[in-house]
Amino acid sequence: MNSAALLKLTGVYKNFGGVQAIHDLSFELAQGELLGLIGPNGSGKTTAVNLITGFVKPSEGEIIYRGRDITGWAPYKIVRLGIARTFQMVKPFYHLPAYKNMIIPLYSPRVKQLAGGKYGDRDAVALDLLEEVGFERDAFVAYKNASVLPQGYLKRLELAKAIALQPDLIILDELFSGLSLAEVAGIVPIIEKLRLEGKTIIMIEHRLKELFRIADRVVVLNFGEKIAEGQAQAVMESDAVKKAYLGAEA
Amino acid sequence: MFLGTVVYALINSIALALMAIGFNLTFGISGVANFAYGALYIFSAYTSWMLLNLLKLPYLLSAVISILLTALLGALMYRFVLQRVRGQALSEVIATFGIGLAILELFRYLGFVGFEYNLPVFIDNSFFILGAFVDMQRILIVVIGILLISGLWIFTHHTSLGLAFRGIAQDERTALSLGIDSDWIATVAVSFGAGLAAVAATLIIPLGSISPGEGYEVLIKALAVCIIGGLGSTGGVIVASFIIGFAERFTDAYIGSHWTMMVSLAAILIVLIVKPSGLFGKQKELEERI
Amino acid sequence: MEKRKERIDRGIKARSVDIFALSSWREMLYLAAPRLIPIAGFLILPLILGLYWQKVLLSVAVFALLAISWDILAQTGMISLGQALFFGMGAYTAGILNHYWSWPPLVAIPAATLLGGIICTVFLLPVLRLRGIYFSMVTLIIPLMLVRIVEATKIFGGTEGLTGIAPLPSKWIELYLIMGVLMAALFGFRRLLASDYGLVLKAICDNDRSVINAGINIYWFKAQALFISSCIGALTGAFMTHVYMFVGMPVFALDYSILPIAAAIVGGPGTLAGATLGAFILVPLSEILRGIGGLRIVFYGLFLVVFIVALPEGIFHYVQRKYNQFERWVEVE
Repeated sequence: MNSAALLKLTGVYKNFGGVQAIHDLSFELAQGELLGLIGPNGSGKTTAVNLITGFVKPSEGEIIYRGRDITGWAPYKIVRLGIARTFQMVKPFYHLPAYKNMIIPLYSPRVKQLAGGKYGDRDAVALDLLEEVGFERDAFVAYKNASVLPQGYLKRLELAKAIALQPDLIILDELFSGLSLAEVAGIVPIIEKLRLEGKTIIMIEHRLKELFRIADRVVVLNFGEKIAEGQAQAVMESDAVKKAYLGAEA
Repeated sequence: MFLGTVVYALINSIALALMAIGFNLTFGISGVANFAYGALYIFSAYTSWMLLNLLKLPYLLSAVISILLTALLGALMYRFVLQRVRGQALSEVIATFGIGLAILELFRYLGFVGFEYNLPVFIDNSFFILGAFVDMQRILIVVIGILLISGLWIFTHHTSLGLAFRGIAQDERTALSLGIDSDWIATVAVSFGAGLAAVAATLIIPLGSISPGEGYEVLIKALAVCIIGGLGSTGGVIVASFIIGFAERFTDAYIGSHWTMMVSLAAILIVLIVKPSGLFGKQKELEERI
Repeated sequence: MEKRKERIDRGIKARSVDIFALSSWREMLYLAAPRLIPIAGFLILPLILGLYWQKVLLSVAVFALLAISWDILAQTGMISLGQALFFGMGAYTAGILNHYWSWPPLVAIPAATLLGGIICTVFLLPVLRLRGIYFSMVTLIIPLMLVRIVEATKIFGGTEGLTGIAPLPSKWIELYLIMGVLMAALFGFRRLLASDYGLVLKAICDNDRSVINAGINIYWFKAQALFISSCIGALTGAFMTHVYMFVGMPVFALDYSILPIAAAIVGGPGTLAGATLGAFILVPLSEILRGIGGLRIVFYGLFLVVFIVALPEGIFHYVQRKYNQFERWVEVE
């Protein structure tokens, strides 16, 4: 593993009007790690991701990616550096077939750059990528309109859109939510494969059992502050975390 | 001359603010686009005129009836047209624009053009203030204007109906789940806005005469004020009205009346470049909409 | 027994998909006819119409182009209430180039197209970052303000405008030039919007967050769409300056803003063909109704409202649907 951190947050604060969504958040991420970002509802996990990916600008603090200060950068520029994310509320282009949904990320300048200046046949690349995330080719699932696909496929589509950008860091916001155990079991191998390819992953999750099977480390947030960090089991033993999730009684 | 210009600028600013608050209430605060605003303004003026001259009703009564009728027209407009296209900005804008167009051009076609179409002032008197002749009507504009604007501010910040207006613009789903009937509130918002337009018309039209072209002018002015001040912010509307009001009057007095429109346009361009969402604008930039 | 309406593709539509279109003349005709009819029409009409209706045809083409320009912006998510801005900018640029520097029309028109496009795009750049409604508001008031500015400051001829602009070599060149541009714009931009580039534009309208998330700079793309549309608008303005041999305040009139929108909405928004069809219907209609004067605009207004509220899909989509599919009642199983 690389000793230099891939991503480093230092003293990040974010205020929305009177509400302090993120309070003094700092953590590091090494290359190739799978970090779980967990915490009760409203603890600021998605805001943290929004800050990293540039959709929201921090009120204070620094975000450094590969040694570059990306604090306050526009989101599209951050994506071009190699960070891709999925959204918690999946919103595909409903009136388009699944594979046409992939055209947008494949049109990205980053893809063009990595492919040596040529886009190639986007349709074919889209179908290949969708097959990799489990859209059965012979059932022609990729050709169906996004409006008729069930949630499991839509989540995979969202994942495929992130993978299409060939990122080095992928941030998955509640990928497992709304999926059955079988569907989760189907997606985990895809994530494992991404790790084998050397990608770094951050996962926001509520489904801790499934997450702990694959995560190296977790960071726990509560009310915008980091209350614990470390190996999954150790973290869950900590009092602060128990109190956050279960309340003072436990 | 300077003091006189200041006085007129003050009056002009309040008049502008009066014109803009109705539009701001409907669109900036409640989120319902109403591009028929100028037409409603003129509609109320012509209705007053017809009540006054054709039915020979006393002026105050005509004015009040016309304000109520305009508010009713606003409500009907929402109920029968806007409600069906609610949420699709394109359709809202075009539909209301179409209605406004139809109303104004209908008046123009029916021949309601000419100097005899004017409304009388409430009290015919004038004063000499700080070196300028100020007639009673203009003083009335200032007084009522200030009352209305502060009233509106209190309304939108401290009454439950006003807060409901703001609620449906911010997050309709949440408002609905809190028991706020979004459609009903929007109807009320549109008709309030229309009523305010009518009040502004009743106060300002007597300074000149009624013409359909005024309808477009009012829409332009209201839009300009809202763009500069920032949609949704009553404070912004006030500040912007003063900026434009003063700029217009001083340009008129010291440079030449031809250049007043230029000043407004320049103000808009500067605001768009420096702070696009308006001086006090709360229109979230894209990034904050996540 | 209950019935429901079922909509199925016509047999010939199913047979003319992909390579099977070449299987017989009938299939090829089925596909080609909707494209050939407008082309043939626009090529032949100038020859068979009388002088008056030729002028109307010119107007149809101009408004069709303005409607196409509006539609391109609308598909990217920008609703322009001021096509007159593009039209007027192009008109004045061509007029100025010809009046002050004697540039010949066939040079002035392309130059005005580009220049007008650039000026309008730069003007509107700051608004692209804001909510769509700002774009509508700004495009609405700028032409109206420009009218008053020209009137007040008397620049570029003021209220009288610039007269004595050189005309195009002949009436036939006028007609076929604009017809050619219309055909090129219609088919060319339909092709563009159907391609992946067009997909990105439509995606920006649909869900811009998703497009940003793909690393695409949406403002750059919006600016490109704006540039294309304003160039088309500027071209129509420049063209008309040379047809009327005059340019003045009326080029910023509300008419040039509203009729294209009405045409696009009546004809069917979202397909440039609908915009053209709408212009083809509304412009002659307004000519016929010329007798009733100002009431015309009342009708446009009402048309706008009725169509956008009750028939948002427009005529073209309806016709297209009927051409490709048929409906029948079937039993509910």
